[in-house]
Amino acid sequence: MEAIQKVDEPVSEELRLVRAAKAGDIGAFEQLVKKYDRNVFRIAQHITQNREDAEDVVQDAFLKSYENLSKFQEQSKFYTWLVRIAVNEALMRLRRRRPERMVSLDEDVKTEEDSMPREVADWAPNPEQLYNQSELQEILGKTIQGLPPSFRTVFVLRDVEGLSTEETAEALDLSIPAVKSRLLRARLQLRERLNKYFKRRKDGDGKR
Amino acid sequence: MTCSDFLKELTDYLDETLDQRTKAELEDHLQWCHNCFVICNTTKKTIEIYRDSKLYELPDDLRTRLRTAIVSRCSGKKTGPQKA
Repeated sequence: MEAIQKVDEPVSEELRLVRAAKAGDIGAFEQLVKKYDRNVFRIAQHITQNREDAEDVVQDAFLKSYENLSKFQEQSKFYTWLVRIAVNEALMRLRRRRPERMVSLDEDVKTEEDSMPREVADWAPNPEQLYNQSELQEILGKTIQGLPPSFRTVFVLRDVEGLSTEETAEALDLSIPAVKSRLLRARLQLRERLNKYFKRRKDGDGKR
Repeated sequence: MTCSDFLKELTDYLDETLDQRTKAELEDHLQWCHNCFVICNTTKKTIEIYRDSKLYELPDDLRTRLRTAIVSRCSGKKTGPQKA
């Protein structure tokens, strides 16, 4: 990853928008909002698991990024920087809603054993087609909701939004081994929890 | 390679970031260990299903409403050098 853009390199469209916004061009900033609002909303909803909170996170994260644009050093991607702000806003709201529980990305949940596969069952071919779209969304939403916030945050950034391990580490202020460890455990726990919906049935759907 | 060793490397294997030698060892293990084969495939499928799902899509009307609110709130704020 390039740390600093060289002077003679062409400025990316995104960086051009960022610089224009820094100079007070609200139209340029609106373009950045249009580019990333869906991603920020998805991340916020995954973390907070609450629609109203996710809407507030989208507004506050963009507002905060606008107010702090002069501090954006252009050494990382604008998107990674924005995600970092959005994740912090989302965690803050989650903490407010669950004051009884410490919510932190540093929480390390029990031992490795919580992610060890317990049930090894093969899935039906195209298991997502066993359900209609709304049933599937309900299953996926309910399943990821059961994961600790630190796991689902890493999973959504890496596997849903497609950030690299390095970008995820930067956005979450975690080390690369910590990102990898949480990602593995998130993936394994989701797989385990999805077994009951997707496994190959003895008769009916998915019969070999 | 044991099943536990395999699991430790599973994330890097799925992300295709392993060196050739470790990758070959994992694939050798997959040849004869049905459990790891199933875990590997279903984990891969888990990722694909979430990635392709339309979970938490931002509806167009809400999107417009949020963007209008953001622009309106930002308009009253300062960032960097200000317009004259």
